[in-house]
Amino acid sequence: MKKLPTQKREYLAPPITEVGFIGWLHSNLFNNWYNSLLTIIILLLFWQLVPPFFSWAFINSLWNSSAAECRDIDGACWSIIPRNVDFIFFGFFPEDQQWRPGLAMFLLLGMVFYSKDRNRWKKSLFVYWTINLVVMGTLMYGGVFGMPVVETAQWSGLPLTFMLALFGMVAAYPIGVLLALGRKSRMPAIKTLCVVYIEMIRGVPLISLLFMSSVMFPLFLPEGVTIDKVLRAQAAIILFTAAYIAEVVRGGLQAMPRGQFEAADSIGLNYSQTMRLIILPQALKIVIPPSVGILLSAFKDTSLVVIIALYDILKTTKVTLSNPQWTNYSTEAYLFLALFYFICCYSMSSYSRKLEKELHTGH
Amino acid sequence: MNETVNKTPSDPADKPIIEIIKMHKWYGDFHVLSDINLQVQPKERIVICGPSGSGKSTLIRCINRLEEHQRGQIIVNGTELTNDIKNIEKVRMEVGMVFQHFNLFPHLSILDNLTVGPIWVRKTAKKKAEEQAMLYLEKVHIAEQAKKFPGQLSGGQQQRVAIARSLCMNPQVMLFDEPTSALDPEMIKEVLDVMIDLAEEGMTMIVVTHEMGFAKSVADRVMFMDEGQIVEENNPNDFFDNPKHDRTKLFLSQILG
Ligand SMILES: Nc1ncnc2c1ncn2[C@@H]1O[C@H](COP(=O)(O)OP(=O)(O)OP(=O)(O)O)[C@@H](O)[C@H]1O
Ligand SMILES: [Mg+2]
Repeated sequence: MKKLPTQKREYLAPPITEVGFIGWLHSNLFNNWYNSLLTIIILLLFWQLVPPFFSWAFINSLWNSSAAECRDIDGACWSIIPRNVDFIFFGFFPEDQQWRPGLAMFLLLGMVFYSKDRNRWKKSLFVYWTINLVVMGTLMYGGVFGMPVVETAQWSGLPLTFMLALFGMVAAYPIGVLLALGRKSRMPAIKTLCVVYIEMIRGVPLISLLFMSSVMFPLFLPEGVTIDKVLRAQAAIILFTAAYIAEVVRGGLQAMPRGQFEAADSIGLNYSQTMRLIILPQALKIVIPPSVGILLSAFKDTSLVVIIALYDILKTTKVTLSNPQWTNYSTEAYLFLALFYFICCYSMSSYSRKLEKELHTGH
Repeated sequence: MNETVNKTPSDPADKPIIEIIKMHKWYGDFHVLSDINLQVQPKERIVICGPSGSGKSTLIRCINRLEEHQRGQIIVNGTELTNDIKNIEKVRMEVGMVFQHFNLFPHLSILDNLTVGPIWVRKTAKKKAEEQAMLYLEKVHIAEQAKKFPGQLSGGQQQRVAIARSLCMNPQVMLFDEPTSALDPEMIKEVLDVMIDLAEEGMTMIVVTHEMGFAKSVADRVMFMDEGQIVEENNPNDFFDNPKHDRTKLFLSQILG
């Protein structure tokens, strides 16, 4: 082949206003007059708000003092948290026994961190979780090894919030997937059942489900039979979340090309194998972002259990604030709670983004 | 493997591996296949051609029950296709299919694409399934890609993987639905070469294709379909040199330019 004559050509650096910090400022903050105006207004607002907040929160603040000392300062009284941490975290759990929920929460967080690594998603992980849940349950309930029994009615604060959220999410997901598959089923009875269930649940707010589970449901039980109140709230949260998961998963199933079903059929996989090995792994991956949205709101919605007199972490905080000593420091307490919910939700959503990236196989 | 595989295809006493008798199919009110009769002997290689919408895909998809027929009989390897799911699964084990758009499983590695059928359907041990998969990947000249994912391969490579995936199930019959028509011209040959190898080894094949060169050199019989019927069938020489029906002549003149 004949070589083409190479042409001499100059490569110029782009103009200074296009690259680097100045270029970034120019193209993002000052690219026309109203953007420039907006930038300036926002900078002014920042100037007005940030320094006072900073001095309130960090300079003039007290971190571990009595309520009385707090009265003499202009800053934040963060002391409300450490001074009441026992009650905020563990509520009505007997004070001398609070090491038990403490240890249980420690185990739970340990398990969550351990499970983050996808290489550990094997059968053994399932076994570890089962063992851990049994241990945590025993720690919480007691009745063995000289630990006095603590009824579930006394479980409150952090353990209650985490328990309702974790089981709510973990149990709702598989139920939601089954509902979605049922809704796509060719058997009319199953299909109708799933549609009715999903639409009925989605048609009512969680609060009314919680009410029904705590007030109405017991009326239908035969006399003498009682079902634990926490368990009923838990069931309501699971059933509620499952209906939403089902619709999201159905969207994922619908996005699957027909060719995938046909290829699975043509090599002889049966229905459950096709779903388990071929369709669901792909469909669930597509719906990671909306599922995480649902799981996050399920997590936050656990705070609605206050209306049936369960004391989750939001309620224990409120009870703390009803103490006249601390009643003036609600801003601090709620900021702390906001931070708590934010950390939990943010870790979930950033983990899901990481997962999505890892599962991407280049198509 | 079935003993009949060793007999010659022309032996009239031979039991056909696929038998389609007076088969009709409708999509709703639309009579898409009408009175299809077809017998395929073991080792026979059949090419089906015809204009778009004539029902070629529908016909071969009925053979592994991706589509349901409403009248007549389809018997594959002695098993009649009915609503009985057991029969359908039995037939699908014996019939491999290669699609126009490959339909590989994008979330599985190439190796896993090949082993998922043997492991779950044939209950082969994982290690053995993987060894066998590597052999078939070598056969389609792509063993070095085993660890990659489908999205990382070219179209021609993906189609060869799809062929290997079907072969891993040890099928008696292979169905091809326009296996090269979604490929760039420079990749068509690599796929056709694999199919020719397969034909030479004695695989029973039904191929829907417009690659007339392939039909001429490989097919035992060529069929022309139009409007849901098999209009004409013949050996390739007579089919191309003396087409009998006007519709066949018209089609051939269009496709051969
Ligand atoms: N699922 C379906 N529902 C209704 N009609 C269909 C369906 N699939 C195919 N058809 C119709 O049946 C006819 C035959 O389709 P088929 O795909 O078998 O044709 P083909 O010969 O394979 O054509 P092509 O060369 O374009 O692939 C066409 O008219 C098509 O529109
Ligand atoms: Mg077709």
